[in-house]
Amino acid sequence: MEKPVITTPLPGGTLKQPRLPRWAPAGLAVLSAAVGVGIGLAADLASRVQWGLIAALFYIVATHVLATVVEGKRQAKDRLVTSLVWVSFLVAVIPLASLIWETIVRGVKVLDVYFLTHSMNGVITLQPGGGIYHAIIGTVEQVGLATLIAAPIGLLTAIYLVEYGTGRLAKAVTFFVDVMTGIPSIVAGLFILSFWIIVLDFGYSGFAGAMALAILMMPIVVRSTEEMLKLVPNELREASLALGVPKWRTILKVVLPTAIGGITTGVMLAVARIAGESAPILLLVFGSQAINGNPFEGAQSSLPYYIYEQWANGNEASYDRAWAAALVLIAFVMILNLVARGIARWKAPKTGR
Amino acid sequence: MAKRIDVSGLTAYYGSHKAIEDISMSIEPRSVTAFIGPSGCGKSTFLRTLNRMHEVTPGGRVEGKVMLDNEDLYASGVDPVSVRRTIGMVFQRPNPFPTMSIYDNVAAGLRLNGSYKKSELDDVVEKSLKGANLWNEVKDRLNRPGSGLSGGQQQRLCIARAIAVEPKVLLMDEPCSALDPISTLAIEDLIGELKEQFTIVIVTHNMQQAARVSDRTAFFNLAAIGQPGKLVEIDDTERIFSNPSVQATEDYISGRFG
Repeated sequence: MEKPVITTPLPGGTLKQPRLPRWAPAGLAVLSAAVGVGIGLAADLASRVQWGLIAALFYIVATHVLATVVEGKRQAKDRLVTSLVWVSFLVAVIPLASLIWETIVRGVKVLDVYFLTHSMNGVITLQPGGGIYHAIIGTVEQVGLATLIAAPIGLLTAIYLVEYGTGRLAKAVTFFVDVMTGIPSIVAGLFILSFWIIVLDFGYSGFAGAMALAILMMPIVVRSTEEMLKLVPNELREASLALGVPKWRTILKVVLPTAIGGITTGVMLAVARIAGESAPILLLVFGSQAINGNPFEGAQSSLPYYIYEQWANGNEASYDRAWAAALVLIAFVMILNLVARGIARWKAPKTGR
Repeated sequence: MAKRIDVSGLTAYYGSHKAIEDISMSIEPRSVTAFIGPSGCGKSTFLRTLNRMHEVTPGGRVEGKVMLDNEDLYASGVDPVSVRRTIGMVFQRPNPFPTMSIYDNVAAGLRLNGSYKKSELDDVVEKSLKGANLWNEVKDRLNRPGSGLSGGQQQRLCIARAIAVEPKVLLMDEPCSALDPISTLAIEDLIGELKEQFTIVIVTHNMQQAARVSDRTAFFNLAAIGQPGKLVEIDDTERIFSNPSVQATEDYISGRFG
């Protein structure tokens, strides 16, 4: 047996090593920002994004070099990865924050109670005024119907896959769910258009849109529910079966309640995903300026469609309405998410004494 | 109410892998039978065949006969659900239902099988928790979640849950292996009390435990690696630990092997 060779003996035989002071990363960040701005100004770079990238690059390199000199190789690697993580985090967060900021600043301009409670019926697009009441009704009804269709089917499919499915059929179902995940929304829309509206000769309606949305939603529900059910420990199923509880009751009373928090979150994420779809709405619901409360007959509007439509009008008043509608859509999805999280926390397995 | 079990020629498989082969034994009512043997020799598998939990594992199947008094558990037309109601089970790791309170955990077996009046359930819960020596510790917090109890309390909660449905036989798969000595002692005392009413079968890796709690002991072993597990011998515990008839048993118990 070869003896392990210690490649880097501890200097001076002590456990203590030189460390960068704790304020070093923050100090370097400030310095990097200054360097970024300095180089940007000096070289007269027009794009602020370039300034940021220069600062980020400088920060990573400077941290690594400084740490190598002061602390040694291993710590330098640690610092390098840490700074990479921080920079990536910032790169990811900045666009998100600026998107929300932009939407809020531009959206609040015309957002008021009038805007939320009136439709665009009879409003001249060039003039301010009008509202999104008809679009909110459309979105709520279409998304609600889609959820009513997709959530039970998706849930039951996931239960089949996790609790019962073995062999070929389960594999085939899993495969098709994967394929469905990749269906572009416009294709789902075209499918319902060719089947429901052209072949079966039904008219445009919110329900037709809801069916296309359900197609998009189903695989997401199946996937997330499947993962949640797999997380339920097998011991709980066995404990229940060993009490002489039939399998279906075990699933209904033990497995599902244990996973309900995660399942709810999954369904809500799927809802958030389809709430922003405009392509199927364009094809199947047609869009409307007036309030239509009946999702089964006649054209409706929806928030994403409304945004598209107002933007396409191409004038100042319409732009303002589009931004306000975008803000409402983001708020709608965010509220749904918060509600889902609330439900998940309320229903989650309790651990307190 | 306790029943005897007679097993004859029992062989169990996981898919094509034969886990245990040709096991025959009798388990006496109102007594504690302990299964000992090295890991992987099929003790737990055999235990799980006794209440048809083995077939819950994908690919699990069984050949042979398990007679509960005079009924074959594996006869066609026997519902595994009713078998499991008659023969309860306690697992190695405490597994209370995390979404349920202490009360609901104990009442789960009854509630999930039918509807009962609140007063009936109250009685059963109290009786079962008393039976599991847990009542005094939890009577003031029956509505708190069961997962908030300590490991030993959780395991006694699981025992209470198992005896609440009034089985005839109670199978215990290493019920103390995840517990500290004090909780272990509590459960061993409990086993001593429970054998007045139930037929108890316990799998254990702890020789002293087998010697302390059981009336009869069965020793399982593998003929060789990759071979199915077999029953070496079953006898009165005193005899197994003092003067076993097979050399391998003595070697195992005295620590010369396995």
